[in-house]
Amino acid sequence: MNHLLRSNAPISDAGWELLDREARERLAPALGARKLVDFSGPHGWDHSATNLGRTSPLASAPGDGVSGLQRRVLALVELRADFELSRAELRDADRGADDTNLEGLDDAAHRIAVAENIAVFHGWQGAITGIGEASPHKQVRLGAATDGYPRHVAGAVERLLCNGITGPYGLALGREQYRGVVETAEHGGYPLLDHLRKILEGPIVWAPGVNGAVVVSLRGGDFVFESGQDLSIGYESHDGELVRLYLEESFSFHVATPEAAVALKP
Amino acid sequence: MGFDQYHEPPGELPAATRTFARLCASLTEEAEAIGWYEQRIAIETDPEALAVMRDAQGEEFKHFSMDLEFLLRRTPPWREVAQGILFQPGDIVEHGEEAEAEAFEGGASGASGAYEDGSLGIGGLRGASR
Repeated sequence: MNHLLRSNAPISDAGWELLDREARERLAPALGARKLVDFSGPHGWDHSATNLGRTSPLASAPGDGVSGLQRRVLALVELRADFELSRAELRDADRGADDTNLEGLDDAAHRIAVAENIAVFHGWQGAITGIGEASPHKQVRLGAATDGYPRHVAGAVERLLCNGITGPYGLALGREQYRGVVETAEHGGYPLLDHLRKILEGPIVWAPGVNGAVVVSLRGGDFVFESGQDLSIGYESHDGELVRLYLEESFSFHVATPEAAVALKP
Repeated sequence: MGFDQYHEPPGELPAATRTFARLCASLTEEAEAIGWYEQRIAIETDPEALAVMRDAQGEEFKHFSMDLEFLLRRTPPWREVAQGILFQPGDIVEHGEEAEAEAFEGGASGASGAYEDGSLGIGGLRGASR
């Protein structure tokens, strides 16, 4: 048994399979950042830091005639979303019920996916520098009208090209912006989604938690999500009525090329 | 440029599956190369040529083993079956039957999770359709 302590939970094997399947189905559509950045790992729960290949000077040395430097690393963060499930519901699932109420798990999956997107695109104070805050490019305002999106996205792509950043490019859209894009047809009925895809030559992803939009290069090597323990369900405690579980992951995020992305404000 | 390693439309496959297919194709190529060198070595009489080909075949052994290890790491049920067969003395077929029964009929506990580390196995999603 590992640190997730899953064997201690009053949940059958079939119940665990149900929870794992439900979690995957809920998480995969919402993990927008993972669809655009490089993924390294998973390197395990005991992996604690990412090598940056950099050093910091030290004020003193431990003896005469020697010098020293300190290695700089990026510490991994742990992200966790707790939730509760009814034991009666899980017992009914074992009996064959096909409408098990897993709302607690569904909410937790959405929360942790949103938090991961925010950390990658906008940062996590004191822990992670996000793509948007690292980017040196001026943040242009998208505005409320979606008919201006092609101009802004094309402008962002052109700015990346000016900096020698090749494509294809991907676009992460916040919830409101994504809804606006998919429901809009331009003059002549041409879907805005397809027009933007042609400009980007890459994917457009739904990224709940993103404020506005972010255009990123997909050429690789610019943005690295390093996973320690990938998203997992663990066991916390239980009583007669409820079982308390959590979704958890550990990761670091490193922007290697800040100029390889352009953030667009809402 | 050929994309023969894909049996389904690549655009519909997740990135992890495309990577998996590439490594499966690579494993096949390395196995073929090992077989080809084995045949060449069997008929070659020039000692210097033999030495070169034995060295080259050794490289293929390494490549095959690395491909296999990658695939086993990414496929816990395959790894479990392989652990019951590889490097075990005795009857290979018997070990195969036992390993298969243990991996798929006894079944890994749901509490252990489908993946070795207990995670959901989501990983990177580059190439996912939406």
